[in-house]
Amino acid sequence: MITLPMVLTLSGILFAIAIAGIFVNRKNVILLLMCVELMLLAVNFNFIAFSRFLGDLAGQVFVFFILTVAAAESAIGLAILVVLFRERRTIHVEELDTMKG
Amino acid sequence: MFVEMLFWFFSAVLVISGLGVIVARNPVHSALWLVFAFFNSACIWLLLEAEFLAIVLVLVYVGAVMVLFLFVVMMLDIKIELARGQFVRYALVGALVAGVMLGEIYMVVKVKALGLATFATPVAHPAGYSNTQELAKVLYTDYAYPFELAAVILLVAIVAAIVLTLRHRVGLKVQDVRKQVAVKAADRLVMVKMAPTASDAEKTP
Repeated sequence: MITLPMVLTLSGILFAIAIAGIFVNRKNVILLLMCVELMLLAVNFNFIAFSRFLGDLAGQVFVFFILTVAAAESAIGLAILVVLFRERRTIHVEELDTMKG
Repeated sequence: MFVEMLFWFFSAVLVISGLGVIVARNPVHSALWLVFAFFNSACIWLLLEAEFLAIVLVLVYVGAVMVLFLFVVMMLDIKIELARGQFVRYALVGALVAGVMLGEIYMVVKVKALGLATFATPVAHPAGYSNTQELAKVLYTDYAYPFELAAVILLVAIVAAIVLTLRHRVGLKVQDVRKQVAVKAADRLVMVKMAPTASDAEKTP
């Protein structure tokens, strides 16, 4: 049978992978956004696992809202990225230093 | 036992595809690995009896968000070599941070005092149980206002994305609807009065 620590450990591994991904791909904004999506997925795993094991549907409602907000976030984030690329011809983090003092 | 085996299988594939997202050289490959990861997550959510959300994950994430990601990745011309500088050095730092974080999470999960391991696995719901229906009952009663707020957030996101990426190019030939509607007959058609003239053929006889 699936137990609660199994799911939580899986979610922890996924979150750690996403953290490592942010360090490894720190040059590329698109990959950073993908790593954020992976983190949100790991968090959703926690909500679903507790919803199942506590027998409370509120956890699934929260996952529903997280999915909504994450979809809005990635839509706006990618729109900003497109505008940024149009202006600067690059999306490398190190070259986006206009606001450096 | 079979369910547990399925869980291990999907978990292993999920972790592998998660690693694929972060080590793939090409951003397109990363996006495709992420699609695979979402798909496996949906399978695990099915095992955890969150059927509606599993379907929503496939429809919304694989169907919409990841397509958007792929679209943007392919539209922006990214130099791959430039994007992957000093990979090994940051891989070490990233692995260190991830390892520490994983250890901390594992300690929290495994600690006896929280009693997470003593949670009995709930009995599976009977065959006629509808997860979607139960979720809808909660969503449209207790969470009605947050649900409407979510709709507003999506609307704001649509407007924001369109406004951000809209650009007015000069010299573009487009219709101006305002002018078209306001036009009068006199602007289009001019009546000209002129004296009658006889043609050469009529003059000769």
